[in-house]
Parts: sequence; structure tokens; C-alpha cells
Amino acid sequence: MNTVITTENLTKRFGDFTAVDRISFEVLKGEIFGFLGANGAGKTTAMRMLCGLLSPTSGKGLVAGFDIYKQSDDIKRNIGYMSQKFSLYEDLSVAENMRLFGGIYGMSPKNIISKTGEVLKELELNNERNTLVKSLPLGIKQKVSFAVSIFHTPKIVFLDEPTGGVDPVARRKFWEMIYQAAEKGITIFVTTHYMDEAEYCNRVSIMVDGRIEALDSPDKLKKTFHAGNMDDVFQSLARKAKNS
Amino acid sequence: MIIGLPVIQLLILPWAATFEQRNISLGVIDNDRGAYSRQLIDKVVSSGFFRLTDYSGSYDQALKTIENDKADLILEIPAHFENNFVRHQQTDVMLSVNAVNGQKAGLGAAYLGQIIAEFNQNVIREQGVQLDRINLIQTTPYFKYNKEMNYRNFMVPGILVMLLTLIGGVLSAMNIVKEKEIGTIEQINVTPIPKYIFILAKLIPFIIIGLVLLTIGLFIAWLVYGLFPAGNVLLVYLFAFFYLIAFTGAGLVISTYSNTQQQAMFTAVFFMIIFFLLSGLFTPVSSMPEWVQTVTIFNPLRYFVEVIRLIFMKGSQLTDILPQLGAIIGFGVFFNTWAIVNYKKTG
Repeated sequence: MNTVITTENLTKRFGDFTAVDRISFEVLKGEIFGFLGANGAGKTTAMRMLCGLLSPTSGKGLVAGFDIYKQSDDIKRNIGYMSQKFSLYEDLSVAENMRLFGGIYGMSPKNIISKTGEVLKELELNNERNTLVKSLPLGIKQKVSFAVSIFHTPKIVFLDEPTGGVDPVARRKFWEMIYQAAEKGITIFVTTHYMDEAEYCNRVSIMVDGRIEALDSPDKLKKTFHAGNMDDVFQSLARKAKNS
Repeated sequence: MIIGLPVIQLLILPWAATFEQRNISLGVIDNDRGAYSRQLIDKVVSSGFFRLTDYSGSYDQALKTIENDKADLILEIPAHFENNFVRHQQTDVMLSVNAVNGQKAGLGAAYLGQIIAEFNQNVIREQGVQLDRINLIQTTPYFKYNKEMNYRNFMVPGILVMLLTLIGGVLSAMNIVKEKEIGTIEQINVTPIPKYIFILAKLIPFIIIGLVLLTIGLFIAWLVYGLFPAGNVLLVYLFAFFYLIAFTGAGLVISTYSNTQQQAMFTAVFFMIIFFLLSGLFTPVSSMPEWVQTVTIFNPLRYFVEVIRLIFMKGSQLTDILPQLGAIIGFGVFFNTWAIVNYKKTG
């Protein structure tokens, strides 16, 4: 299997504060990679560096085969991104947001129309097609956000706490969507606080104070830490944290 | 809101106050070249209100100086001025006034009239003539370009400029920073969109809104004030187009530097006030101290105020406004390049 993300000693400092401290890891094509950590552990910072939204202080990184320093526009063509904070245009409708971002990614108008129909049907958003995004409930908004992030069929999609503030049923449904996308060959890179969600991932990494303290499949992590579930694994690592 | 507020402004502001004038450019045609005519000219110049900028041989020549904006007023002293004055104790002088800037022209003519009346009395006293026979020199003002000397004719085009400036400058300054606040900029920054396309996408809506507003403004100027450009109205649109590009660009520059809407608003208003005061909209640029006049060279508003008045009242042609047009295109390139360079997709 080939790798789609590789980092080597990737570091980001803000003044004296080291948000991400020499992290090295690989993400394989087609896998669901969980990126875990407490608040302030550096997950979002690391993710923003991989997406080309933030330039690293030092270290190396390749995303979809492109260098994160020099080829950020090539990276951006090949990834999707769903921000922690809802960031679609609220005064556009669901379909209009899709048209806008499809256009930005260079999809043809014909392609956009057929894809919009397809995605809306798949995610059961047909009724919301022409609804202004601002009048949607949070759970649906997250769904639309996700739909837009994979609209241009990227190689990798980065999801930053996609299920934050959403009820358990909607969360469960959201993960079904993630699996659907993964089945199509899209690599999923997802951060989360919910340890039950960590169990859904092929592999997870756990960040503490800007460093990756553990990285393996959920089953192996549980064995290594002699824990019954991911929550116990997380607790035993997160207690060491100074930043949170 | 965007449409309503400017309309209210256009209806109220033109009725605002008037101002004192200095440094009025005066052209003189002295057909007599006698002692009295020289005395009169000395007196006018030493009053402090006027600057002698031209001394022409004929009226036609002097009129050219008005057309080139070198003179605001022309004082013509007829041949045999002294002769008539002494023998018949009655003579005429003629005043031609460039009334493009109405307040300047009006006050200039009034000042000059007073000075002449004073001169009149002094001469009479010297001659020992009885004082009941004053009113010997009659001044006949003739206003060019703005014949009714209407202050509103002068203000309305200027206020149109102000409206476009507010649209271009303030609204655009709020735009990108608003996206930063609500977070949509993040979703844009993670796409491969080229920076210049993003700036262009921001620019175009403001240009369209601005031109629609200009159309409404021109319509009100015509309907309420009976004003219509003496020159080609398309020229107004041409200049407004480039002007909107320049000012929207400036607003976008502010927007790329600011982190909050308050910050952007404050910065935009700060510059807007300076630009307005130094534009010649309220106080003529030529009445300002020299160093301030130099500063106004860097004020895009100044050029539009100049141009719109020229087109409205003087009926100037494209060739007349080329320098200003060049300047405003320069500003447009400068500000938009700055906005593109300073808009950073990667933090």
C-alpha cells in the first residue's frame, strides 16, 4: 500500500510555545486515520499545516505526493477540508455552496449539476437543496460541510472535529457517511474527542503536548496499554499532559 | 440601505454651507496701460485674495487661461480707461468669472467688486470731485460655465463622488475581514483558488453596485436639481469605473490587514475623512497651503472631484481628463496589487 501523507519531525512554534513538536507519521491510501488528543494538544495546528493553511517552523511533510512548503496549491487541489468551525457561506443555499466550491475546484458546470444531484441524494439532503445554509440545524450543517469537502472527489479529506456538538444518533450517521467516502477510495484524516469514534478508525494517533505519544490500530493500542477501551488508553496518556 | 442612505445624502448635503476663498487666480487684460489701470491692478493684487497669474494682450487669449484652469477670474480694463475716467468721469471694466467652482467664483467677483468700488472712491477723492457722483466705474460680471452661480450645481457632482467612495472604500474594507470573522475565508484558503481571482471576485460586485448607484445618483441630480453633465455622460461612467476599481482595491487592502470588522471600519473611516477633506470637495485644493496641496496628489478622490465637475459644468472631453484618468488607473493597479500581495492563504 502506498502512503498519501508522510511527515518527518514536523514542528510549529508560536513564539516560545511549541504547538506541534517533531511529529513523524505516515497515513496510508484509503485508510481512516484518527488524530486524537486533548484540547490544545496541537491536532488542529498539525492539520492546518498539512492542508497548507499554516507554514511549518521546521521538519518535512508530503501530502498527496506534494511538498507542504513549496507545492501547497497542488496539495489544495487534491484535498478536501472541513473546518472545526462551520465555514460555508451562510447566505447561500446548499446547492449554491456546492456550485461555488465545485467551480473553485475547476469542475465543469455540467459536472457540478450531476454531482450535486448525486451527493444530495446520497446524503439525504434533497429537501434542503435550496434552503439557505444559515437556517439549517447544526447536525445538517455538518452534513452539508462534509458534502462540500468531498464534492470534488479529493484524494484525502481532512475533518477537524466533524461531529463536535452533534447528538449520538447524528454522529453515528455521520460516521456512516465517512465509511461511504472511504469505500470510494478517499483517505480520511479525522480529529475527534469522542473515544467511541476512535474505535471506528483503522489506525489512530494520540497527541499529548504537541507530540505523538502513540500510533497504532485501536486493538493493538488497547493491548499495549492493557486497557478495556480507547477511553482508558486516552486517559492514561492524556494525564501526562501539561498544556491542557 | 446601500441605496437609501446615499440618496438621502444626495438630497441633503448640497444645501450645506459656503466658505471663504483665498488664492483666487486672476488674469488681467490691460488695454489702457495707464497710471490708473496700474494703480487698480496693484490694489487688487495687494488685497491678498488674488494671485496675478496671467497678463494677456487680448480677451481671447485670457479666455484660454480660464479654459486651462490657470485663471478663475479675468479683469478686463478697456482702452481709454484713464481718459474716459478723467474726462467723462465714467467708465467700465469687465469681469469674466470661471464659475466651475461656484463659491470661488462668486466670492472672487464680490471681492473684486468691493476693491473696485473702494478704488473708485479714492480716485474721486483725489480728484476733488463731489462724492455724490460715485458709481462711476461699473463692473459687469459675466459668469462662464455655471451661469447661475449655483452652489448646488457645484456640490451635487462632488457628492456623487462621495457616494461611490463610500461604496468602494468602506463596504469593501468590511468584506474580507468579515469572512475572516465568520470563518468562510478558511474554506476558501484551503482551495487552490489563485489569489488574484479571489480579489477579482471581491472587486466585481462593488463595481456593479457602484455603477448602479451612480445611475441613481445621476437621475436624482437631474430630477431634483435639474443637473445633467454638460459633457458626455459616458465619460462619467468611464472614470467612475476605474475609480471604483481603485477605491475598492484600497478597501480590500485595509481588509487584508485587519482582523476584526471594527478595526477595518476604524481604519477605513480614518482614511476616508482625510481623503474627503483633502479632495477639494468642500474646500478648493488651491486654497490649501502648498504642502497640503502636494499631499492631495496622493488622494484618488481629488481627481474624481476635479473630473466630475469638469464634465458636469465645463463639458470637458476625454482628452481634457486624461491626466486624471491616468492617475486613477495608476491607483487602481497599485492598490489591487497590494491587496493581492497582502492576502495570504497560508498563515
